Amino acid sequence: MKKKLGLILMMILTLVLSACGSNTQTEEGSQGSSGGSGEKGKLDIFSWWTGAGEEDGLKALLALFEEKYPDIPIENAAVAGGAGTNAKAVLASRMQGNDPPATFQVHGGSELNDSWVAADKMEPLNDLYEQEGWNDKFPKELIELVSKDGNMYSVPVNIHRANVLWYNKKVFEENSLAVPTTFDEFFKAADTLKEKGITPLALGDKEPWAATHLFETVLLGELGAEDYKKLWTGELAFDDPKVKKAAETFKKMLTYVNEDHSSRNWQDAAQLVGSGEAAMNVMGDWAKGYFTNDLKLAVNKDFGYAPTPGTEGTFGVITDTFGLPKGLNNSEDVKKFLSVLGSVEGQDAFNPLKGSIPARIDADVSKYDQYGKDTMEDFKSAALVPSLAHGSAAPEGFVTKVNQAVNIFVTQGGVDQLVSTLQSAGTELK
Amino acid sequence: MEAVRKETAKGEKASKKSYSSDQWMALAFLLPSFLLIVIFVYGFIGWTGYVSLSNWNSLIPDFSFAGLKNYMYLFSDFRFQADLRNTLFFTILFIGLVILFGLSLAILLDQKLKGESIFRNIFFFPMALSFVVTGVVWQWLLNPSTGINLFLNTFGITPKWYTDTNILAGFQWGQIEFGLPAALIAVGIAAVWQMTGFSLAMYIAGLRAVPDETREAARMDGASEFQIYRQIILPQLRPITVSVIIIMAHISLKIFDLIYSMTGPGANFVTDVPGVYMFETTFRGNYYANGAAIAIIMLLSVAIFIVPYLLNSRKGEA
Repeated sequence: MKKKLGLILMMILTLVLSACGSNTQTEEGSQGSSGGSGEKGKLDIFSWWTGAGEEDGLKALLALFEEKYPDIPIENAAVAGGAGTNAKAVLASRMQGNDPPATFQVHGGSELNDSWVAADKMEPLNDLYEQEGWNDKFPKELIELVSKDGNMYSVPVNIHRANVLWYNKKVFEENSLAVPTTFDEFFKAADTLKEKGITPLALGDKEPWAATHLFETVLLGELGAEDYKKLWTGELAFDDPKVKKAAETFKKMLTYVNEDHSSRNWQDAAQLVGSGEAAMNVMGDWAKGYFTNDLKLAVNKDFGYAPTPGTEGTFGVITDTFGLPKGLNNSEDVKKFLSVLGSVEGQDAFNPLKGSIPARIDADVSKYDQYGKDTMEDFKSAALVPSLAHGSAAPEGFVTKVNQAVNIFVTQGGVDQLVSTLQSAGTELK
Repeated sequence: MEAVRKETAKGEKASKKSYSSDQWMALAFLLPSFLLIVIFVYGFIGWTGYVSLSNWNSLIPDFSFAGLKNYMYLFSDFRFQADLRNTLFFTILFIGLVILFGLSLAILLDQKLKGESIFRNIFFFPMALSFVVTGVVWQWLLNPSTGINLFLNTFGITPKWYTDTNILAGFQWGQIEFGLPAALIAVGIAAVWQMTGFSLAMYIAGLRAVPDETREAARMDGASEFQIYRQIILPQLRPITVSVIIIMAHISLKIFDLIYSMTGPGANFVTDVPGVYMFETTFRGNYYANGAAIAIIMLLSVAIFIVPYLLNSRKGEA
């Protein structure tokens, strides 16, 4: 009997051990192939594009690649949910486990340079830029956003604009108001609207980044492009009087927002403008897709757009880019994908569906709607600045702390407290 | 027959020194899950503790020893202080109301009502929902500009529910205003609505365990219904109350899904809890060591409730 038992025990142990053994084997296997997806040579394109227009855009891009390179298998490895948060968490564990995807979506700027490039996980793409002649096809300031120490590390596919003021045309016409271009004009218009019982500014900061987004456009408006950029390089301190003035302006703006702002997300805030309950809203230009597709409103008829107060001639950039991780053995295939991604054809396949504008300045304007055409025009001439709320200006850790400070500020309104939190968090920046 | 008897005799002899064969068998089958739990639960608790003492606060792992730096940071942080306040008040509010409503409903249902099982099922049903569903539903119901306010507004009452940033009976303590955040009442309503069915079921079971003879005897002695409940039945329900408190406490201290889907961190962090903060700081901010420190503090706070209970039940066993 005892012998039998010993045998059973041995069998169980062997089972457990062999299970462990086979585990390590598969791990080694996938590391060996290094394509990441396990199957040899398959390109897994990692992103968080699973929403309505963006998924169609991605599919169109993948279809274009398959048409050009039918012999390279490709896989859509998008991770849904949390505005990219889930995808970023999956990406972080894959990168740290030396199992990178073939290429992945990352915002140009700090999100790329201070994390994966700084961790020495990315290959420079200088030769690809050279070979494709991209150096004068993307704006210089955009190339700077995907470069560190003179090397380029990713290829931008699209551009969203952060500093857009959306307004309800009918409300503005009925009250014979002009679209404000300065903060003084903004407050004057806001007072008129408030008297009429219309919420001047819609805000939906259930997710605190929306308030940070508004604050970022106020910073940009008060400081101007030059000084705004200096904040992120450490050349301008956060306790500068101009930053304080921006915080004061932001505080004043918050007295004009809807009372239930903390129960709304950005779509709910945009809806207030759509229905005419509120007159204005500050949001990135993904809101255009929400206005036209979800609320069925017409551009320049029901709603209009303008740069946020004081930001005429500047362009808050949010750019999705794709790079080449280190340690892949099919990197030549990945480069082929990146070259399609960076081509006029690729960008024009993706962007009209996604509702963004191409990162290249020589794309086919006729494929875009009126908003896209106007924005492409601005993009060519405006000063480009990185967005704070969306991870281009500063590392995610800094953004998290700013989101917290802004969330407290929206309720408490402590200007000095906000400035000192920014200042102490800013010591983490270089 | 003979062989079997010999075998058992052998087994008995052996059991003096070591396990009997049946016990070996049981042990052998327990071993795999035991190993898995040791590695994947306790091992990773240890790993989390280790990370919480390191400097790993960016995407690039850095395991250099930081001492208690991460903990010190948290306790001086406005958001974490607010989280501790919220957890404390939410737990008191939540457990208190769940026990109150659960017990009251159980006593009412215990009055041999017709169709009792229908009532029981209706009260018990919210338990079957996920906290995420509850959160989304109550987010709409208690939305200040839609929901039940459309009804209340006709009476001129306009509660702001979870968007209220007032702290009731608050006073300044550290960086925060200490008191009951009004917004948490809205969250509490949703949580109590969901979990009352559970304590109701527990108490009904407890009430059924009280033999009818006891009540009969008390009635014979001339005790009123109220006295019977107050002095005979309620004292017998104490173990049930302890179980309800333990189970509700660990739900309340670790709550994440309800808050995340219903309110998020809230304006001025009036509805934030450590679980939400941990998720955001770890997976959005990449402050891995800070996140690990929050996780350890949450573990310890639950342990305060669970460990005395475990020690107590071991005493009972011995």
